[in-house]
Amino acid sequence: MSELTLTVMRLGFLAVLWLFVIVAVQVIRSDLFGTRVTQRGARREAARPQQAARQQQQSAPPQQRGQQGGGRQRRNAPSKLVVSEGTLTGTTVALQGQTITLGRAHDSTIVLDDDYASSRHARIYPDRDGQWIVEDLGSTNGTYLDRSRLTTPTPIPLGAPIRIGKTVIELRK
Amino acid sequence: MSSTTNTSTHHTSTIGAIGAPSRRNTELALLVFAVVIPVFAYANVGLAINDQVPAGLLGYGLGLGLLAGVAHLAVRKFAPYADPLLLPLATLLNGLGLVVIWRLDQSKLLQSLPNFAPAAPRQLLYTALGIAMFAAVLFFLKDHRVLQRYTYISMFGALVLLMLPLVPGLGANIYGAKIWINIPGLGSLQPGEFAKIVLAVFFAGYLMVKRDALALASRRFMGLYLPRGRDLGPILVVWAISILILVFETDLGTSLLFFGMFVIMLYVATERTSWIVFGLLMSAVGAVGVASFEPHVKSRVDSWLDPMREFTLSRQGVAGHSEQLQQALWAFGSGGTLGTGWGQGHSDLIRFAANSDFILATFGEELGLAGIMAILLIYGLIVERGVRTALAARDPFGKLLAVGLSGAFALQVFVVAGGVMGLIPLTGMTMPFVAYGGSSVLANWALIGILIRISDTARRPAPAPASNPDAEMTQVVRP
Repeated sequence: MSELTLTVMRLGFLAVLWLFVIVAVQVIRSDLFGTRVTQRGARREAARPQQAARQQQQSAPPQQRGQQGGGRQRRNAPSKLVVSEGTLTGTTVALQGQTITLGRAHDSTIVLDDDYASSRHARIYPDRDGQWIVEDLGSTNGTYLDRSRLTTPTPIPLGAPIRIGKTVIELRK
Repeated sequence: MSSTTNTSTHHTSTIGAIGAPSRRNTELALLVFAVVIPVFAYANVGLAINDQVPAGLLGYGLGLGLLAGVAHLAVRKFAPYADPLLLPLATLLNGLGLVVIWRLDQSKLLQSLPNFAPAAPRQLLYTALGIAMFAAVLFFLKDHRVLQRYTYISMFGALVLLMLPLVPGLGANIYGAKIWINIPGLGSLQPGEFAKIVLAVFFAGYLMVKRDALALASRRFMGLYLPRGRDLGPILVVWAISILILVFETDLGTSLLFFGMFVIMLYVATERTSWIVFGLLMSAVGAVGVASFEPHVKSRVDSWLDPMREFTLSRQGVAGHSEQLQQALWAFGSGGTLGTGWGQGHSDLIRFAANSDFILATFGEELGLAGIMAILLIYGLIVERGVRTALAARDPFGKLLAVGLSGAFALQVFVVAGGVMGLIPLTGMTMPFVAYGGSSVLANWALIGILIRISDTARRPAPAPASNPDAEMTQVVRP
């Protein structure tokens, strides 16, 4: 076997070996899974489930529609909850009449990564009239609406900061 | 969950979940690639040594392809959502190992050694057994959490496996290390390789229960968290056992592997850096202590500190010295950046154990730095996939087990590669998948099988949540 052929095979083998490594790394790159982050500009798709949810609500039993639909027609009703400070800054949750739980527990709607938060810290829910209420769930370090520590379920004014540890959330239109 | 996405205030973003796709076809494509590369290497060795394509090429290629196919079908059937990379990476390493073992079989020098027997056919048999083991793990282990039930049985099992070589009549002292047992009619077995997996099961089960006590009940002293005495107990026991292995079996590698694996899992379970500091201190004290009075270990350390002196003594015919390490270093050196090419090196000068403990030297000489880096990267990718599996696993036991197994795998690669390259004292361990040896191949295929099982559980898409009946059924009745 000539020297040239062997050299070509030697370099060729190294190239193929590295090609395999590179392909494997490419597979890792395309193998991402876990959480998806959607930027606000591309919210069309996110809006669609919201409509679907609304249609579902209309077909829901009449009593429930009366309970939840009432708030929707109010003027100045908030449509989303926005995290404005803390590690989750920028996260929004659409308000669709569901209860939002906050805390370190993994099944919370907003999972707080904060040493000052309890595992089930607070919840935010609409009352019969569609007014959004924040309630402290017996947390250790308390939930603050503006400057005052919550003791009872309290209605949330639009744009008022709710502070839990280092996280601040507010309701927006 | 720190899902910080965008810290600027005027951008908002929402967070949803992406399910992992199945990726079985990707795995198949990579697997074909991973079979073609060793076949290419095999043809290359034949052309370089005998000027002709080796006669066994078709059989060899078909054999490897068949085994890979069986493994792939087993994954497709029993673990359809498993990680797509683990199987092809392991197959490639196993295939390349077979090529190097076959290449060393062709060496005239090794053929002239007294007890020479072609190793490649037997390694192919071991590989077949390994794949069977892999398929069996996938078939019988439907859920890795079952292993959690056997936490303490695993501890006893691992201890028994480790003690077996010390049993008179069963154990065999081969070349200074008592790590083999003889099974009449079947040959010898290295129980330590299997003990690695069994011990990882014990550590994972034990730490899952005890991690809070280990992490939280501690005093702060000079920036380190000192655990309470009673929590320190188990780590001291494991340390003592690993030292005992070292003393009685004179097996530095296994001892380092077990202790290192325990420290890694302890660190992952508790998030306390102080465990790593303790672990390093304790293993350093243990190693220095044993090395100073155990002659076998001491000679390994001397040989590591001055391989050239060892070489000279060996050439002068002084008993108890070996030129292997120096020959391995020369093999790496003569390989240079791009290597000498398949079949054109002289790594057979290592003579004994050239195809097991020192197999990396042949890779280093014939593929050069470029090749050895690729090989080490492939090992690194296997470890990375193991750790990724641990990250994705939802249950703490699976997390710890995956970390323990991939940590043990990484440590073994480090200990062997470091030993052969002269970074640390040489130990009698085998490079996973590439080195000649049935126990090692079998145990490592079982290890990959368990990792694939955990990754299948971790990546399996969650079933659609059952609609919460409370949301619609419960209504407040007001008077």
